Amino acid sequence: MTELLELALLFLVAGVIAVPVAARLGLGSVLGYLIAGIALSPVLGVLDVDVVEIQHFAEFGVVVMLFLIGLELEPKVLWQMRTKLLGLGGLQVLGTLGIVMAIAMALGQPWKISLAIGAVLSLSSTAIVLQTLTEKGLLRSDGGQSSFSVLLTQDIAVIPMLAFLPLLAMPELMGEAAAHGDDHGGLSALDAWIEGLSGWGRAGLTLGAIAAVILVGNFLTRPVFGFVARANLRELFTATALTIVVGITVLMTLVGLSPALGSFLAGVVLANSEYRHELEADLEPFRGLLLGLFFITVGAGIDFGMLSENLLVIVGLTLGLIALKFAILWGLALLFKMQGADKWLFALSLAQAGEFGFVLLSFATGNAILPDAIADRLLLIVALSMLLTPLLFLAYDKLIAPRFSAAQELEPDEIDADGPVIIAGHGRFGGVINRILTSAGYKTVVLDNAIGHLEVLRAFGFRVFYGDPTRPDLLHAAGIDQARLIVVAIDDPHQTTELVRYIVDHFPHVHVTARARDRNHVYELWAAGCRDIIRDTFDSAVRGGRSALEALEWHPFDAERKVKDFVARDQHAMRRMADLYDPDTPSHENSAYVQRARELMREQDEAMQQDSPDYTDWIGRAWTPPRPRDIEANEEETEPSKKASS
Amino acid sequence: MSDVIVYLAHPGQRYSKVNRAMVREAAKVGGITRVDLYADYPRYGIDVEREQDRLIDHDTIVLQFPFFWYSVPALLKDWIDLVLEHGFAYGEGGTQLAGKRMILALTAGGPEGSYSESGYNRFGLRTLLTPLEQTAHLCKMEFLPPYVLYGSIEADRDTDVAEHARGYAALLEALRDDRLQTGNADILTADTLRLGEAAS
Repeated sequence: MTELLELALLFLVAGVIAVPVAARLGLGSVLGYLIAGIALSPVLGVLDVDVVEIQHFAEFGVVVMLFLIGLELEPKVLWQMRTKLLGLGGLQVLGTLGIVMAIAMALGQPWKISLAIGAVLSLSSTAIVLQTLTEKGLLRSDGGQSSFSVLLTQDIAVIPMLAFLPLLAMPELMGEAAAHGDDHGGLSALDAWIEGLSGWGRAGLTLGAIAAVILVGNFLTRPVFGFVARANLRELFTATALTIVVGITVLMTLVGLSPALGSFLAGVVLANSEYRHELEADLEPFRGLLLGLFFITVGAGIDFGMLSENLLVIVGLTLGLIALKFAILWGLALLFKMQGADKWLFALSLAQAGEFGFVLLSFATGNAILPDAIADRLLLIVALSMLLTPLLFLAYDKLIAPRFSAAQELEPDEIDADGPVIIAGHGRFGGVINRILTSAGYKTVVLDNAIGHLEVLRAFGFRVFYGDPTRPDLLHAAGIDQARLIVVAIDDPHQTTELVRYIVDHFPHVHVTARARDRNHVYELWAAGCRDIIRDTFDSAVRGGRSALEALEWHPFDAERKVKDFVARDQHAMRRMADLYDPDTPSHENSAYVQRARELMREQDEAMQQDSPDYTDWIGRAWTPPRPRDIEANEEETEPSKKASS
Repeated sequence: MSDVIVYLAHPGQRYSKVNRAMVREAAKVGGITRVDLYADYPRYGIDVEREQDRLIDHDTIVLQFPFFWYSVPALLKDWIDLVLEHGFAYGEGGTQLAGKRMILALTAGGPEGSYSESGYNRFGLRTLLTPLEQTAHLCKMEFLPPYVLYGSIEADRDTDVAEHARGYAALLEALRDDRLQTGNADILTADTLRLGEAAS
């Protein structure tokens, strides 16, 4: 236990120091983690820590990441991507595999080994690339989307690779393979049973597992989440979210599928669920920490002893690999008519080998496909190419992007135009606003944490998400950093003020429309920086007053003008009072506030006394036609100036 | 018999002298429809279908209003803009108002003499009213000479105003009973009003 905590402390300290430094230097978090790993590797060597074991654990971060990516992709969107997935991704995988295999054969390797090498090196690093693209906000660009499609195809391609690699097994390597042993854990009885199934049985099991993910995702999560939400404990949600992802990982590993793919699928299934943003917010920290751990292990896993012995060969092969992959990607970019900076982003971002390469390598040595000597060198090449990736992104940032930025500015930015409108709280107040906005064609993201409420709304076909809108992480998941507008319509005035203050401070570009309980709450929101404040019962009270005047036989148009005048006076007074209001001083002790209030009351009284039925009062000020004496008066006034000028 | 509808458009009725008197007298006339536009639509939002149905159901349309800046009050302008729609009042298939009669009953602030080339309003009242006359024409309606009280601001409540209001009621009755004879008159006033039979 203590050992585990010591190790955790070691990794955490390394990350906490290295990542902020790397971020400050503009290197990005991935390189920071990698450097932390390299720095740690001697220490880990002394402590005799099994880095590979930790890496296997940290690969769970990739699974979580793909789940989160799946959450962002609705099935419809995935279907729209099919050409890119099959065409672009398929060509990249097959093309790279074929060419690497040909080169390996030309260098004198047998075809089986060459094929395995091709498979290992054809993949790119989902973890590094997606993390970096997200961090730099490039994921939604054309190049980012293309990269994402290819990565997704690669994740899918791992499945047939894992299925067919055992067929390449070379009997002469069996002895070596036996030494690697069985690295599966306690589920070995179940494993043995699955191993014992016929080919058809295994295929059936695999399809069954996928079907289970889709069915459970579609039909079971909603009642389960509803059940969990009623307990009203935040950590339970995190536990449930983790249960889903861990469960999928275990299931997929059992049937021999890629857990990353399985969780991606589950994410897609849940993309339409109202718990989407809650899941995102809950899993986000796990993704970040586990990926960080993964990158640290990649850095720590670099065998500098072997590297220095074969320095020229390894570095040469790594650079050669990057150049080759870049060339193939560049060709595909041309084939698929990518433009400008997108072409560069696509080709540079995917030019490394990836973490699935590690998985394939351990699988290949375990199944007697690759001799250890080659596998160790490949491991080093894969790790080194990943280590160089952040530098490629850096090159893109510093050299490529500036050249194209002027041209790209001309294109309208779709993300900004489509920036979501967030409605926090879908009760009697927010609900009306949501209906108005959606009927006007805006996409809204509605957050509410009243579960009973949500069930009613869903029955009527509204799209709402479960979650406490006052949580910053949930706001983040809902897209606050890209939002154009947030409507804060929650009941609790205190929470409203806190939320408004947080948004105004952290996201000054987002317009905040806030619901206020009463006059003092308006002042508090004003002090918090909100400039669009709506008192929740004021407008209806004004209508009530108007109805009362009409009932007293006021002409409806007079009643309308009377209450309009009342509203104008009230708002004028509020605005003059708002600046003097101090949330920390009780209003009766705030002398400036009291004095201003008295002033305003006096003004109001004077105005009220003037409100007599005469053409010259405030209501009848318009509509006086010119009379002969008005014309004469005008002539008299203009007369002296005429005289003066003549 | 003719179906008469009277549209009153006055935003400041509680300060009105003449129009309120006219409304009081007109209230005594039976068998006509009365609409207070500013009461029906205090926040605008005119119900176009409802208004078009009302027009279809009547054949004499009376627009009663104070003459503001040589035109109608804002809500009546909005009503004209929205209700006299293409395809309803004019244009292709826009024949719903054809053959109906339109008559204005307006109160003009300036004295009669001011509505002339030498007066401070510089134009005759009929010239100033040509936009409305043309509106009626485009809708294939007959434009009757308007019923006018000049100098409405200075008018004496007990004599001029009362007479004008009584004349207004008589005018509405005559319109209802199809016995209004306008002769060659440009403008109808309480003095010059010629009725087919003696007013009741």
